[in-house]
Amino acid sequence: MAPFRRAWSSRPPSGRCTLHRSQPLNKPAEESVPALIDVRDVHYAIGTHAVFSGLSVRVAPGSITAIMGPSGTGKTTLLRLIMGQMRPQSGTITVFGQNVPKLARAELYALRQRVGMLFQSGALLTGMTVFDNVAFPVREHAQLPESVLRELVLMKLQAVGLRGAANLMPSELSGGMARRVALARAIVMDPEVLLYDEPFVGLDPISKGVILRLIQSLNRAMKITSVLVSHDVPEISSIADYTYLIAGGKVVAEGSPADLEQDGTAVVKQFISGAPDGPVPFHYPAEDYFAQLLRR
Amino acid sequence: MSAREADIGLRGRVIKLGAVTRFLLRVLGQSGPALRRPRLLIEQIYNAGARSLVIIMLSGVFVGMVLGLQAYDMLARFGSESALGVAAALGLIRELGPVLTALLFAGRAGTALASEIGLMGATDQITAMEMMAVDPIRYVVAPRFLGGLIAMPLLTGIFDCVGLYGTQLIGVTMMRIPQGTFWSQLVAAVELRDIREGVVKSLVFGLTCSLVAVYEGYYSEPTAEGVGLATTRTVVTSAVLILMLDYVMTAIFL
Repeated sequence: MAPFRRAWSSRPPSGRCTLHRSQPLNKPAEESVPALIDVRDVHYAIGTHAVFSGLSVRVAPGSITAIMGPSGTGKTTLLRLIMGQMRPQSGTITVFGQNVPKLARAELYALRQRVGMLFQSGALLTGMTVFDNVAFPVREHAQLPESVLRELVLMKLQAVGLRGAANLMPSELSGGMARRVALARAIVMDPEVLLYDEPFVGLDPISKGVILRLIQSLNRAMKITSVLVSHDVPEISSIADYTYLIAGGKVVAEGSPADLEQDGTAVVKQFISGAPDGPVPFHYPAEDYFAQLLRR
Repeated sequence: MSAREADIGLRGRVIKLGAVTRFLLRVLGQSGPALRRPRLLIEQIYNAGARSLVIIMLSGVFVGMVLGLQAYDMLARFGSESALGVAAALGLIRELGPVLTALLFAGRAGTALASEIGLMGATDQITAMEMMAVDPIRYVVAPRFLGGLIAMPLLTGIFDCVGLYGTQLIGVTMMRIPQGTFWSQLVAAVELRDIREGVVKSLVFGLTCSLVAVYEGYYSEPTAEGVGLATTRTVVTSAVLILMLDYVMTAIFL
């Protein structure tokens, strides 16, 4: 396995974290092999707040790649950039060899038909039954006879274990069931890439286990390249082939989950152990506490 | 307010007007595909139209009855009670029908549209559609916009009919105006241009109310507060625009 990349400096005297590349990138897909998703030197800011300042991520075909990082580091934003919902201020985002920010709407929609996305909330259409939710992308993009569509939808629901819930409304589902229905909907068009946005958030251990097994089996059985955005370390460690750790708008570490666990860098250690304070500070930047209390 | 603030406020309104116009053009551009999916459209006509029927009919009959009482009192002073049918019909068909139906529509169907679309945005349903390569303007906005546009003249027609029935209840049943006189004068006096004025007004109000509702819903902040504000803005903006446009159209038609 590739050696773990160290890109995080020790905490500077000012108490604020600075990031820099200390070693050359060691990517899951070598530069000579085209990556399925290639994010290069992306800068993205919302107003004056820089979300990414030189982010680079490569996803190898057929792999399970995890994007990890503390809350608010822009993991979901990265997925939205990859899907072309947002455009970076600079840098390139290439998916299937196409530069996503430069695509016209029709080209972008054509690309999105090859990529599935699982939302944190499931994002099921509340006015439709489970069956119709799963059938929705097919009805919109393919003219399949209803009998064929029915078989296809039931097959996908069977894959996520919810064939019996086909006639339920989204409001009748638990959080874990909704996530599984959303997964069935995401795979109904047989995508080449699946993006998972925080797939384990708010789930009980059984549901987590089910989702984990599904992600793994979809990756192996259907050869779907998977990108997981998450901060659930144990779950990610059990299935990811390669992991990126993002903080401060950049990749601060990358490698296999095993490498990540053995890494001694302060930010990685803090993230793995869940320490409340460290390179990622507990307190939001503010003026001195006592000075603020004593100020009239 | 300083001149600079007024300038910024004016510029902001012009920018918003431009954004609404672009949005309208986008919706109209997607209306063709929406029309080719009658199931979606009928569903929205049902939501905006049929579900507003109770409030429209209830309001219509009471407005007609009030109109009957007021008009009878006024006409009696000139000894022209028999013209009650004409006065009520012209007032309802040309003015009260379109305006009150539009105001009621904005309050019931407009708010429902804005909050529904706003909530779809807040729960990532709109984003999910975009990610599934389905244009939400085509699937969500255009059918709702067209549904409102089609439902409004139908509701106005129903309001007018029920309103006239209310006036007849007062004039014929209570005030003993002969039924034949009431209806024959009404039929003789109401011209096609009166009905055309009512239809044009209801179409313009339908477009205005539906556009405001879908625009506010689509661009609402994806939070509970944002959806609430969008709903409020829908009612206020629609009501003000209805009354302003009513004046402009009345001046043009007269």
